[in-house]
Amino acid sequence: MAGVTDSELQAMTQEQRVEALGLTTEQLFGRSLLIEFNPDEEERYTYPWAPDVFYNKRVEIDTDGLTTTELNNKMRAAMEEGNGTIVIKNPRGMHSVGVGILNRLTLEVEGSLGYFAVGLIDGPNVRIKGRVGWSCGENMMSGTVVIEKNAGSTFGAAIRGGDLVCRGSVGSRTGIDMKGGTIIVGGDTGALSGFMMQRGRMIVCGNAGKNLGDSMYDGTIFIGGDIKSLGVDAVHAELTDLDKAWLTRKLQQYELMPDKGVDHFHKIVAGKQLWNYDNLEPNEKKLIL
Amino acid sequence: MCGIAGLIHKGKSSNVGSEMTAMLQALKHRGPDSTGFAVYGEPTEGDYIMRVKCAEREDMESGRGFTEVLHKRIADVEALLAEHKAVVKAKEQATAYALRYLISHDGDTEDMARHIEELEGVEILSLGNGLELIKDLGDAAVVSDTYGLGDFQGTHGIGHTRMATESDVDIRSAHPYWAFPYNDVSVVHNGQITNYWIKRRQMEQKGHRFMSNCDSELLAVYTADNLANGVSLEESLKRSIDEIDGVFTYLVATKDQLGMAKDTMAAKPLVLYESDDLIAMASEEVAIRAILPEEIDTTDPYDEEVRVWQA
Repeated sequence: MAGVTDSELQAMTQEQRVEALGLTTEQLFGRSLLIEFNPDEEERYTYPWAPDVFYNKRVEIDTDGLTTTELNNKMRAAMEEGNGTIVIKNPRGMHSVGVGILNRLTLEVEGSLGYFAVGLIDGPNVRIKGRVGWSCGENMMSGTVVIEKNAGSTFGAAIRGGDLVCRGSVGSRTGIDMKGGTIIVGGDTGALSGFMMQRGRMIVCGNAGKNLGDSMYDGTIFIGGDIKSLGVDAVHAELTDLDKAWLTRKLQQYELMPDKGVDHFHKIVAGKQLWNYDNLEPNEKKLIL
Repeated sequence: MCGIAGLIHKGKSSNVGSEMTAMLQALKHRGPDSTGFAVYGEPTEGDYIMRVKCAEREDMESGRGFTEVLHKRIADVEALLAEHKAVVKAKEQATAYALRYLISHDGDTEDMARHIEELEGVEILSLGNGLELIKDLGDAAVVSDTYGLGDFQGTHGIGHTRMATESDVDIRSAHPYWAFPYNDVSVVHNGQITNYWIKRRQMEQKGHRFMSNCDSELLAVYTADNLANGVSLEESLKRSIDEIDGVFTYLVATKDQLGMAKDTMAAKPLVLYESDDLIAMASEEVAIRAILPEEIDTTDPYDEEVRVWQA
């Protein structure tokens, strides 16, 4: 809200205030979102300390007998050695694998992972051939993650950027508190998906459970199947040609395009009736705070 | 947090004891305080298996004088069995305080059980034709080894690793829970029941007994009450979604069935594997992978989902 005074805000309509405060999907900013929209800026792809890796340098790691810490340390050591492709074998539902990878990498997981798989990542392209447990891709910043089977609850919680894709069905509270990026689900999603969503887009090709988009601030949810019920302040919106073009592009990219196309998708957005931001509060209160 | 697990083989017996041990050991990180098993063997028609606990672990550390107290309690249990004309066919003692009796009895089994539990410090852990309920402090490997569960053959079982949040770290607060008047029912639970006291008072007014202050025991009593009144297991599980408040995922086993229910928020995890001859479920997939290391397809049941499988 830099450069906007209280008096200017008070003179604005609600729509204008929203835009001035940068609270809509039309005013994207932040590192991860810039990565998505400015792919030519090389320096945004890498952290200064990130190791140089080469995609054609490949290493396989068998998880048998390894703890989660040992496995993640082995992966980091492999990246330090320049390996740009890492293959994980026999993970058998192991938790917290691949968390915090902050550089370019192709990560292939030949099996299933447990909780918190590839959370807090910024950059890698991940393919998991099995399923994942709760909180896969939590706080993900950029990159792509594709899960071939099903996923547990809180899939993509608080995701900020990148594409998080599950070809199967996911559990409840998908995209809870998401702040950017794209979540794509080939099957169904459970209750309270998009709960308190703030930005970003979610596509679900199948059905959605109850209370979809409950208390969402912003962002967009596209549902291809039936919606059991909408949450508080989640409303239907018109599916525009731009939406259809974007849906087609994203679903074709991940080979999840439904046979009947995308025209039947429901578009869910925030009704914005619950909005009550600080810009509407008296100056006295702001001084105290 | 707690971890729950269950499995059921369709139409055949297997080494359920070692399978449940492996699954619960994989869930040890979800609850290190105590571990419990409810495993079901071939029903012994006409005979009953009674698992009884005559002291808590901490009682055993209260001094040499307690040994005499314990012996007296065990003698009193056996005197009451004789008084109710129960014939003890076999007796096993895994620990100083935990006993297993194979008995034949033609009378009112519930009346006998209530008399036995009137003895101070004595709790019947399970009573039924096929159910063996074992629970103690420690992880799955320790409890299984102590009670010789590794060789147990049966059709199905459920188990629990407990992180104590609502009540003490002791055997009476460990899962699974059994409850009469319905024999062979057992329950394991992950979650919190928020209308526990209201429902407990309702059940107590009906004459049901509670042996602990653990909210999970309510689910066992509630289920046993429903089953004893002719309600099917599936219907009981469905009713619980509306009648029990809180966040919960729980498993129920009877002589020949295994069921699951998830609350309206789906706040507690469960991963499910189904094949033609085996159903396995657990709080985390690592537990299922402990008995099925090959690549498998699993799903997460949704909110308000109820399932029942037949052995």
